[in-house]
Amino acid sequence: MVAADETLRLRQTPLHALHVSLGAKMVPFAGYDMPVQYPSGIIAEHLHTRSKAGLFDVSHMGQVRLHGVGAKALEALVPGDLAALPDGRMRYTLLLNDEGGIVDDLMAIRTDGEFRLVVNAARKEIDVAHLRERLGSAAVELDADRALLALQGPLAAEVLSRLAPAVAAMPFLSCVQIGGLFITRSGYTGEDGFEISVAAADAVALAERLLAEPEVAPVGLGARDTLRLEAGLCLYGHDIDDTTSPVAAGLAWTISARRRAEGGFPGADRILRELADPPACRRVGIRPDGRAPAREGSAIVDDAGNLIGEVTSGGFGPSLNAPIAMGYVARAYSDPGTALAVVVRDVARPARVAPMPFVPTRYYRAP
Amino acid sequence: MATLRFTKDHEWIRQDGDTAVIGITDYAQQQLGDIVYVELPAPGTRVECGKEAAVVESAKAASEVYAPVSGEVIAVNEAIAGDPAKVNADPMGEGWFLSVKLDDPNALDGLMDEAAYAAFVAEQG
Repeated sequence: MVAADETLRLRQTPLHALHVSLGAKMVPFAGYDMPVQYPSGIIAEHLHTRSKAGLFDVSHMGQVRLHGVGAKALEALVPGDLAALPDGRMRYTLLLNDEGGIVDDLMAIRTDGEFRLVVNAARKEIDVAHLRERLGSAAVELDADRALLALQGPLAAEVLSRLAPAVAAMPFLSCVQIGGLFITRSGYTGEDGFEISVAAADAVALAERLLAEPEVAPVGLGARDTLRLEAGLCLYGHDIDDTTSPVAAGLAWTISARRRAEGGFPGADRILRELADPPACRRVGIRPDGRAPAREGSAIVDDAGNLIGEVTSGGFGPSLNAPIAMGYVARAYSDPGTALAVVVRDVARPARVAPMPFVPTRYYRAP
Repeated sequence: MATLRFTKDHEWIRQDGDTAVIGITDYAQQQLGDIVYVELPAPGTRVECGKEAAVVESAKAASEVYAPVSGEVIAVNEAIAGDPAKVNADPMGEGWFLSVKLDDPNALDGLMDEAAYAAFVAEQG
């Protein structure tokens, strides 16, 4: 139960009243009162997103604008190749601390010669302070007057192109400004889809317009979590944190050959050393053999019962109709197919290391 | 004549002679949301009043089902282990969890009847 004073302190997105009117069950998340599910429920919302189009309110996330910060200056804070990022494109990268730990994972978007970042809700104040310390206060603006909607699923492009025909041809991980909307072809579900930044004052009208399309249903944070887990995507604060190295997290793919050769990002010494000499643990996917979900914090053991790791995210994958998890295991156990066990309610239950994503991703590829 | 009673933990128990069937209420399944896994005790084992008798997991989290009475498990509903969504669809019928042989045939005396439980749920908001 949430104490009344905690409920009062929760922030609301511009769509809060709409969620309530749609019958959402509201829960505290990252300081916001957010919809965890609507009356149809998490499984139906998840499957709807995989088959049609789901509308998510992700306005709690941080929309950051950088001013006068070039690729080289931003590359000093992240290991991604931003110099090679063309205008109108975006990429997933990591804000690193000096020890090579992950301060946050984020999307960096280059548009009109400037960078924009989309960062995690629970980290946005920390990120902004970190960025201001290194780039100067005036260079970093947290845009608090905009909502962010995600439209995700195989029919998302068909639906959104009714409002904005230009989106149909957008490449994956590109952006476009259409009227007051800043649209990226991106998401957190493993499906094709878009994230739409809209002025807070216009957010309800846009959400209602999209929900009026027959293919679109509202989707809450519960299904957002099951969708991203099936897609093998990390959840900050669970699968990665400020002590996790990108190499152990399986995120070394975000570091290009040039950045590896040149270094020059925080924690480069540790990260480059780990690329040559892998760390003791690695993030892997896990499929329990039975039906019992292994939740965050479950111990991972070998067949002799020795502790070899821990689950960092886990639950039920509605598209697989089976439990799935991710966690860190000792490197000797990290190959797909390796037998291990997850401890749930004091019982070690057989499981196997599985490749991720658990469900094939269906990001847009231009014909 | 069967007697139907309810607990503050949102279990129901239906007594017929010296046996009783136990499940979770419609309010409980609504609060849990989509149920994806049920773990039941083995027939022949004992359940103790107020202690965990079964586990139910929704898409979001795991919860315990507490035994409202003490006794020996005489049957469990294997159908809900195979298809946990039955608990959402019919919590008071096909979604039953287990049946027990009661240690004390008067064990249901302190539990709520249907009207008292309805009032209790209404208070929960």
